[in-house]
Amino acid sequence: MKPDVPEPRKKLRVATTSLAGCFGCHMSLLDIDERLIPLLELIELDASPLTDKKHVGPCDLGIIEGGVCNADNVHVLRAFRQQCKILVAMGACAVNGGLPAQRNHLDVRDCLQTVYLTGLGVERGFIPNDPELPLPLAQVHPLHDVVKIDYFLPGCPPSADAIWSFLNDLIAGRTPQLGHGLIHYD
Amino acid sequence: MDRDLSAILARHHHDGGRLVQILRDVMAVAGHISPGAITRVAEALALPRGHVEGVAGFYSFFATEPRGRYRVRFSDNVTDQMAGSRALAQRMLDAFRIELGEVSRDGLVSVGLTSCTGLCDQGPAMLVNDHAIARLTPARIGAITSLIRGGSPVAQWPDNLFRIDSHIRRRDLLLGAPFAAGDGVAAALARGAADVRLQIEQSGLRGRGGAGFSTATKWAACAAAPGPVRHVVCNADEGEPGTFKDRELLAHHLDLVLDGMTVAAVAVGATHGLLYLRGEYPFLIAPIQAALADRRARGLLGRDVGGARGFDFDIELHVGAGAYVCGEESALLESLEGKRGIPRNRPPYPVTHGYRQQPTVVNNVETLAAAALIAVHGGAWFRAVGTPRSAGTKILSVSGDVERPGVYEVPFGTAVRDVLAEAGALDVQAVQVGGPSGTLLAGSELGRRIAFEDVPSAGAVMVFDRTRDILGVVDNFARFFAHESCGFCTPCRVGTTLNHHLMARVCAGKGSRRDVDDLVRVSRLMKAASHCGLGTTAGNPVLDALAKFRPAFDARVASEPGPAFDLDEALAPAREATARDDAGAHLDPEAP
Repeated sequence: MKPDVPEPRKKLRVATTSLAGCFGCHMSLLDIDERLIPLLELIELDASPLTDKKHVGPCDLGIIEGGVCNADNVHVLRAFRQQCKILVAMGACAVNGGLPAQRNHLDVRDCLQTVYLTGLGVERGFIPNDPELPLPLAQVHPLHDVVKIDYFLPGCPPSADAIWSFLNDLIAGRTPQLGHGLIHYD
Repeated sequence: MDRDLSAILARHHHDGGRLVQILRDVMAVAGHISPGAITRVAEALALPRGHVEGVAGFYSFFATEPRGRYRVRFSDNVTDQMAGSRALAQRMLDAFRIELGEVSRDGLVSVGLTSCTGLCDQGPAMLVNDHAIARLTPARIGAITSLIRGGSPVAQWPDNLFRIDSHIRRRDLLLGAPFAAGDGVAAALARGAADVRLQIEQSGLRGRGGAGFSTATKWAACAAAPGPVRHVVCNADEGEPGTFKDRELLAHHLDLVLDGMTVAAVAVGATHGLLYLRGEYPFLIAPIQAALADRRARGLLGRDVGGARGFDFDIELHVGAGAYVCGEESALLESLEGKRGIPRNRPPYPVTHGYRQQPTVVNNVETLAAAALIAVHGGAWFRAVGTPRSAGTKILSVSGDVERPGVYEVPFGTAVRDVLAEAGALDVQAVQVGGPSGTLLAGSELGRRIAFEDVPSAGAVMVFDRTRDILGVVDNFARFFAHESCGFCTPCRVGTTLNHHLMARVCAGKGSRRDVDDLVRVSRLMKAASHCGLGTTAGNPVLDALAKFRPAFDARVASEPGPAFDLDEALAPAREATARDDAGAHLDPEAP
């Protein structure tokens, strides 16, 4: 029989990853500085660049920066969607495609040609074709073009204060609201 | 080209305010506005080069890169599409082996799309260089293709290609009244400015462009505004898709309109008139110029108009260059001043700070026509027709799934059902009243009335029968707004494009409930936050269709979002470049 005592409050299990992003959003997450300490009282990290755990397990919350630019991004994103109850698109690239999507008006075949065969200073080049390498998609997509996303956290990057406020709302069970000063579009 | 350019600049007195007209002439001579021409024009007019380039880039009839010697543009209104325009365009593209928007290798021809050209009663329609062609059929496309191959100037093509039919199906107060050139001018001069304004006030006349602002209030404000010169502007930039009643008024009741402008000039003390004709109506330019010359010869324009000593008034014709937003009065004024058609901040309003910052009344073609008759017959005559809050009649342009498309003048208060019955509409699924920015009515709402207090309308009535895909209609409108947004304010610039992409996704069967929610969110945001009427109304078709045809959306979208694009197909270019076909070079679209 189980002892009849209340369970200790469970920590929220959180996974994060960066797809076609620059890790700037993760840096902004670290910018919450000393608030990391109370935050770690409330959450525990699963797969994340901060833990170096490679495969995502069952989680309450998944936070993804970066858009979807290649086949591997699709696999990681789908795994996150499967394992995470709540999935958050963090930052401009995850929300809109962002800077990597600047290549969307180019033909990806031309990009590969130029980079590996015809570009300035390329000698005896060839386009890498190892099956280990993920193939690039024809265009870079925001996350919600591939899976359902529950929340969008805009910004390039979202400020530390925005991330802090957003996480506090989520942990407390409130619909996150980024008020005045926490969203900047320029 | 250099000599041509000098002649064009001289013809327009090196007046930077006429930049849009100058660039139209450059287009006509050279087929596009080259970087060199932009520099020359900017130097000659002492304007910043960026200003000239900005104007050249703004209007869709201006090209800054070489187009074909024959520039074909198919009207892409939903009524044109319903009449088969896209298949006809494809036929022409196939004949010249080019893609939409492309120039043929020999530089002969380019084929593209353009927003509604106002020939919905006789579509599908197209523009070739500066000529409009209606009633397109496969045979006519074949003939036009041969003519283009033959290389003869468009002006020398057979006349029957350019015939524009008139379809005035119902006449009432305005279109039925006997009227001769000068009747309105004589009556206004006999009454004097104060009495003309009084009659307009008693008539209850409200603006026919859609907004329904009191004409008397506008005129009184302009008459009272201090300024050395006042202007009367006739807004004939009839850009709302599905609207063509001003085309008929200008083609067949031009004296009513020009008299109306002169009556307005009497009422507000204006000396200068401008008629802004949309660039899609090139066939009206020569008749209007001829009528203006005739009126000058008869003393109805110029000095001492109508024999009234000291009353000088003349009218200039300005022609637009394909920009829907210029129908907004302050954008129209910007365009008249030779700038990009970006709506101004208001206030101050045009009545005090209009054309060249001087007091200006801007009125719709139909409003001015009504004013001419009110000057003759008095305000009570006009007020006797219509409803208490919407006096007089409304001229409607009826098109789409009806047996008798055309222009119908009906008293305000007429039920939509009665208009449709006269036009011969069968099996009605929906009616778009007032064009894309207006109101989408479901078949159950046809008892609603054409009136400012019920269903206001700038004049368009597009009918869709039960065979039509309502989502396709909304998609067409969403694309229209995305194309026509002037780009000045973020809610409209971004919102119209988001809506366009979302509708395309939903129509392609790739959408989800979330996309529908986003459509609502974006449409409401545009309504609340946009700079001008284009943005505030751009979400109307989406919101109306969702309110009235929700099941059509629900049937097309998944409850949970799946991939919005074909994942495996998206790897195809990279597979080709790497010559890979292993398992890792594919994505399973069905995987969770």
